[in-house]
Amino acid sequence: MKNLIDLEKKINSELTTKINRSEIKHNQIYLETDKDDLIDVVLFLKTNNDTKFRQLIDITVTDYPEKNQRFEVVYLFLSHEFNQRLILKYTIVENEIIPSITSIFPGANWMEREVFDMYGVSFKDHPDLRRILTDYGFEGHPLRKDFPLTGHTEVRYSEDKKKVISEPVKLEQNYRNFDYESPWEGTRYIKEELENNDKKN
Amino acid sequence: MTKKIKNLNLNFGPQHPAAHGVLRLILELDGEVVEKADPHIGLLHRGTEKLIENKTYMQAVPYFDRLDYVAPMNQEHAFALATEKIMEIDVPIRAQYIRVIFCEIGRILSHILNVTTQAMDVGALTPTLWGFEEREKLMGFYERVSGSRLHANYFRAGGVHQDLPQGLEEDIAEFCETFPKIINDLESLLTENRIFKQRNVDIGVVTKQDALDYSFSGVMIRGSGVPWDLRKSQPYDCYQQLEFNIPVGKNGDCYDRYLCRIEEMKESVSIIKQCLSKMEKGPIKSFDGKISPPSKKEIKQSMEALIHHFKLFTEGYRVPKDEIYTAVEAPKGEFGVYLISDGSNKPYKCKIRAPGFSHLQSMDYLIKGHMLADVPAILGSLDIVFGEVDR
Repeated sequence: MKNLIDLEKKINSELTTKINRSEIKHNQIYLETDKDDLIDVVLFLKTNNDTKFRQLIDITVTDYPEKNQRFEVVYLFLSHEFNQRLILKYTIVENEIIPSITSIFPGANWMEREVFDMYGVSFKDHPDLRRILTDYGFEGHPLRKDFPLTGHTEVRYSEDKKKVISEPVKLEQNYRNFDYESPWEGTRYIKEELENNDKKN
Repeated sequence: MTKKIKNLNLNFGPQHPAAHGVLRLILELDGEVVEKADPHIGLLHRGTEKLIENKTYMQAVPYFDRLDYVAPMNQEHAFALATEKIMEIDVPIRAQYIRVIFCEIGRILSHILNVTTQAMDVGALTPTLWGFEEREKLMGFYERVSGSRLHANYFRAGGVHQDLPQGLEEDIAEFCETFPKIINDLESLLTENRIFKQRNVDIGVVTKQDALDYSFSGVMIRGSGVPWDLRKSQPYDCYQQLEFNIPVGKNGDCYDRYLCRIEEMKESVSIIKQCLSKMEKGPIKSFDGKISPPSKKEIKQSMEALIHHFKLFTEGYRVPKDEIYTAVEAPKGEFGVYLISDGSNKPYKCKIRAPGFSHLQSMDYLIKGHMLADVPAILGSLDIVFGEVDR
C-alpha cells in the first residue's frame, strides 16, 4: 500500500495480537512484536501483496544494560514496490536464543553473524554461526555497553617467539572520557529542581 | 581400483592485489572450478560504531570518511541527514547544492576506481593510468574545499563547513566539460574490447529475485534490471529539483554492471552541471546557533561568540531522544545510518549499514561453478571497499 497510515492499519488488522505496538515516525513504520511471533510477522511482511517488504536492509541489536530485557533486536525492511520502510523490534533478556530468519532472507546470514559477534546474541537454526568481524580466537562482544572502548587485549609480533601474540592492553595513557556537558543545564539534580520549582509556581 | 579425488583448498588473500584490500577468501576448488567460497572479513575492523558511541556528534563525522574511503563525502551525507531529521533542521539551498555536487564527485571517484581496477583485474592496465589522472583532479577539488584530499570532514548537520573557495565553481565546470571525453576514451578501450567482454559477459549473473533476497542495492540491483535508486525514489536534499536518468542493466552480469557505472558517471557529470547553473550565493549552513558555530569575524569581536564557539566544539550539541534510519544512495549502494540518540551530546548507538557487506556475503552464491580466473572479475564488479565492509 502506498499510504503509510493504511499500511499500518492493514498490518495491525492482519497480525492483530502479534503486534504489540505500532507507530509512524519520520515517514517510517515502527513495529514491536514478540520473539515467538517473529517468523510469522516477517513471513507476512515479505509475502503479503499489500506489504511486500521484500528486502531486508539490516539486523542489529541495541544494548540497554540497565534494563531487565537487556537487548532490543531491530530488523530494517524495505519495500521497493510501495517505497516504504519498516522497523521491526522486540526485546530479549541476556542469553536468550532467538530464531534466525536466514530461511526467509538468505541475506540475513552475515547480519546475524555480525549480531552474534558484536553482542553475543545466539540464533537458532542459523546455518553457520561463527564470529565475523573480530579476530580468530577473540573473546567478548565489543558492542556491548560494558565492553571497554580500548578492549582487553592487543596483538604484536614477538621477536622471541617468532609469531604474533596477544597480550593485555597496556597504554601509555589511559583512555580519558571527558564530560563536557554543561552543569548548568545538563546535570539531573538541577533539572529536577527547576522542574519542581515550575510545578510549585 | 578407485582413486580418491580430494578438492583443493586455496587461500586467496589477504595480501593479494586482486583482493581489493584485505579479503581472505578460502576457495574450495575442483580442478579449476570453484565449488565453495568462504570470505573471511574483519581484518580492517576498527570498531567505528563503538568509537562513534564515545564521541560527540561533530566528532563522529570523520569516522564516516574512513568507511568507504574512495567516496568519503557520501557517507558523511547519511550521518548529516540522520541528525538533521532528528533535530528538524532545515538546510540552506546553497548548502544542499554543494553537498550534492560533492556527493556526485564522490560517485565519479568511486566509479572511476572501480571500472579501471576491474579492467586491471582482467588484464588491461591503461584505463587505470588514464582514470587515476582524473581522480587526482577530483581529489584536488576535495582538498580545495575541505583542506584534505581524502578524509574531508566537510559535511555538518545543517549544511557544510565552509563555502566554496573562489574559482572552484569555474574549475568544476571546466572539469565537467573535459571529463566526458575521458569517459569516451575509457569506453573505447573497454566496452567493445574482445578480451574485456570475454572475461565479463555472462560472469556472475544475478537474477532479480536473488538481488532482492541477498539485500543488494545500488549498481548490484540495477544491473539486474531493478530500477531502484534512492536519489529518485526517496529523494534527499535537492535531488528532487534535478533531472537525471537511472541506468538499468538487463542481464545482471559483470559486463552490465560495468556499463551501468559508465552511464552513471555521465549522469553525475550532468547533475553537477545542473547544480552549478542553479546555485546562487547564500548561506551554507543553518543559522541555528545550537548547532552552527558563529562566524570567525564575530569570534574576533565578541566574547560571547568565543564562548559559544568553545562550547560547541567541546560539549557539542545535544540531539533529542529519538531513533531513525536514514539512507543515501552511495556509489556502492544503499548506505544507511540507524541512529539512536538519548538526548545527550553523544549518539547512544549508531549502526552503519554498508552496502558492500551484503554484496560480499553473496560471494559464495555468485562464484559457485565459475572458474578460478573469474574470482577477480566478480570481486571487481561487486565494488568492495574494506573500509566499509569491516567498519
